[in-house]
Amino acid sequence: MAESAVPILELKNAGKIYSQGGRSIEALRGASLSVRKGEFICLIGASGCGKSTLLRMAAGFEPATSGSVTFKGRAVTGAGRDRVMFFQDAGSALFPWLSVEENVRFGLRVRKVPKGEWETIIQTYLRMVDLDRHRTKFPSQLSGGMRQRLQIARALAVEPEVLLMDEPFGALDALTRRRMHSVLLTIWQRTGKTVVFVTHDIAEAILLADRIAMMSVGPRSTIAKIFTVDLPRPRDLTHPKVAQLFHEIEALLEPDVVRSEQLMAAQ
Amino acid sequence: MAGLDPAIHVFRPLQESKTWMPGTRPGTTRVESEPKTVSTLTTETSREAVRETAARETSSWWPRLKPVLLAIAFPLALLAMWHFATVNRPASLIPPPHDVWLELKDLAIGGINDDAYSQTLLTHLVASMSRVYGGFALALALALPLGMLIGRVQLVRQLIDPTIQILRPIPVTAWLPLAMIIFGLGPRSAFFLVFLGAFYPILVNTIFGVRTVEPRLFEAASMLGCTGSTQFFRVVLPAALPSIFTGMRLGLGFAWVVIVVGEMTGVQTGLGAIIMEARQLSRTEIVISGMIVIGAFGFLSDQLVMWIGRRLLAWSPSHG
Repeated sequence: MAESAVPILELKNAGKIYSQGGRSIEALRGASLSVRKGEFICLIGASGCGKSTLLRMAAGFEPATSGSVTFKGRAVTGAGRDRVMFFQDAGSALFPWLSVEENVRFGLRVRKVPKGEWETIIQTYLRMVDLDRHRTKFPSQLSGGMRQRLQIARALAVEPEVLLMDEPFGALDALTRRRMHSVLLTIWQRTGKTVVFVTHDIAEAILLADRIAMMSVGPRSTIAKIFTVDLPRPRDLTHPKVAQLFHEIEALLEPDVVRSEQLMAAQ
Repeated sequence: MAGLDPAIHVFRPLQESKTWMPGTRPGTTRVESEPKTVSTLTTETSREAVRETAARETSSWWPRLKPVLLAIAFPLALLAMWHFATVNRPASLIPPPHDVWLELKDLAIGGINDDAYSQTLLTHLVASMSRVYGGFALALALALPLGMLIGRVQLVRQLIDPTIQILRPIPVTAWLPLAMIIFGLGPRSAFFLVFLGAFYPILVNTIFGVRTVEPRLFEAASMLGCTGSTQFFRVVLPAALPSIFTGMRLGLGFAWVVIVVGEMTGVQTGLGAIIMEARQLSRTEIVISGMIVIGAFGFLSDQLVMWIGRRLLAWSPSHG
């Protein structure tokens, strides 16, 4: 639950125009969102609605072409370890030449954490994601779920304040995904981090989030509506209130899904 | 664990079959002593079992032995052809394998011909190897950083890459006359050719490796706090290493090809030099001996690079 109403991450009228070979596409226009410290917020929308673009702007990988993106009141100008990103394809984001423990150590080394503290930190986070028995394995030897957990451990080890997650569990099978949900919720509750989680799965959003920000479909996408999920965790998908919210969001998303398909076909 | 020992995988089925094959073979006393009705069934199933065991037994050692046998069979056949085509023919310009073997021994340890070439193999080998590895090391020292810069820095790429693309198709051997003018007759030209021969494969593969680094790794590194030029050593170099190794392997192979050409003119020592000198003296057995030594050491140095590569690239599914 939100600890305070002060936004840690704020997008104000943020817009993004991609220009490529004389053609320009306006992916986002006037997107505003304030993320409170400690809250779990989900961004949901049909494919092509610019969810990932918005997240990448928050991470500092891509600058906004209009409006502003601020972190703790200061403009975001580049990537920083206070806002770490979780990629859907963990296999491509982990360093393949480093073992499990070396992947976690990478951030500690570049952050110049004293050497004496490395072992404790590595052990803490690898235990947290249940990977401490696989410390010497390389990413290519891990399963999809293990790679995602390693990505989580590696990111948490640099002690970020905001976790930006871009459909992190989208490529996992349903059972592994459920397990990852509980791992993530446990970590979130234990560490009090702020989470911005992108998904196109309504059920996933309702299971996890304090608030769900729905985005309209692009081009010129924006944040269309914000739902507050005021239900205790762990949440039960069969609970009438959950079902009601599910249908409400689904009804709003439905025309967008159709529109997104038409746009894709037109391109 | 003993189970991991390949030898046990080979021998276990063999022992197994030996212990119970006689008892189940049809017509043996044990089967006849059993009730008739059951016996036919038992014989049928046991015969199948025997066949199965035999198949398992065959399948366990044959796939291992087959490539070795095939690999030996072909050169043996060539050797035999060479032997029968040249032996007892004094007019033959090509000496039989046995003469070459004696010459090789004489070159290495002497005691057969006791001429100017006896016991000189080590000198020539060391001369050639020092040029091969020296030229290779220099090529690596220059091509690796240059390749990384061309791959990562647009300005360097635009400045240097077009020139390299034009110079690259020129065969290394075509540089020999020019090299002799610039570096003079002698080992320095050979050294230069080896350097050039190894330089391009390493450079091209380094550039390729650097350019194909997964872009996400840079994002991952920068959000973990690794930015700017430190990414060169922490991300670019390790990520491009498999490709760099391919380039090194190709480069070393070329170095061995080029060394012979480089040593053929105006060089006193080296395997290329004795091959050329022996040709002028019609000592074809020395020519062939030199070829064999180059083949063997070229192979060994390739194995060495591969072995180092396997250790360094254990993480890569395509190398480890």
